Amino acid sequence: MILPGYPDALPLQGLIGGLMIGLAAAIMLLGLGRIAGVSGMAARATGIGGGSTPQGLAIAFIVGLPLGAMIINLLVAPVEATFPASPWPLLIGGLIVGFGTRLGSGCTSGHGVCGMSRLSPRSLMATALFMASGFATVGLMRLGGVL
Amino acid sequence: MKQSLIALLSGLQFGAGLAVSGMADPQRVQAFLDLTGAWDPTLAFVMGGAMIPMALAWMIQRRMAAPVGGGTFELPGTSRIDGNLAIGALLFGIGWGIGGLCPGPAIADLAIAPVSAATFIAAMLVGMAAHKLIPQ
Repeated sequence: MILPGYPDALPLQGLIGGLMIGLAAAIMLLGLGRIAGVSGMAARATGIGGGSTPQGLAIAFIVGLPLGAMIINLLVAPVEATFPASPWPLLIGGLIVGFGTRLGSGCTSGHGVCGMSRLSPRSLMATALFMASGFATVGLMRLGGVL
Repeated sequence: MKQSLIALLSGLQFGAGLAVSGMADPQRVQAFLDLTGAWDPTLAFVMGGAMIPMALAWMIQRRMAAPVGGGTFELPGTSRIDGNLAIGALLFGIGWGIGGLCPGPAIADLAIAPVSAATFIAAMLVGMAAHKLIPQ
């Protein structure tokens, strides 16, 4: 399916993948009573973060992420992932993402998927802010000729 | 054991969803944030799709006394908006834009592009650990 005006977009795959992600977060919520927030789970799995989630559960969730991507890559279709050619955006972006998600208590999954669907004012605010700064950052990178 | 399987299943499903949706591709995510370039709206479809099962799940959750796998609901508060939330979210967006990566896709991409994904994740864990140095 092609979206008029956006030949590279994947609206159908996006919608199906989004439904799958929502179902994954629903399994975590209704099955274990917790938020499927990847930054929080990653911090808990590595022992960097505390909280009520047992470390073993966080590790099981985190290990599942690459396994799920691997299954799609092997059995359904090759998964595209074009990374920045230089390691610098990965290192600088990673550092800021790590610090920011701890300070702001969440990322695209916890605040975005889980919090927005709950109509949590806190998560709606966080999502609006990280979307805005994401747009501004990439806009500035365009202006500066980095992209 | 049962709880670990539920957590693994949730992670598997999440990683598979990221792979299907195109969100495992940092270039595509960055293109969503690139309003003045060749904008790619795919991420909006992913977010919209994810809202449907989760909105239903929240409605069901309100009627449940305890999670299916046992234990109790351990859910964060929804109302407190403070400087940490705002500054943290703004910083996260900056880092997200720079690399086109947030934590979920980065970890899922360990199966697709292990060296690049691990580079990002190593830096992310350093950033997370650095946050612990701030006096609370």
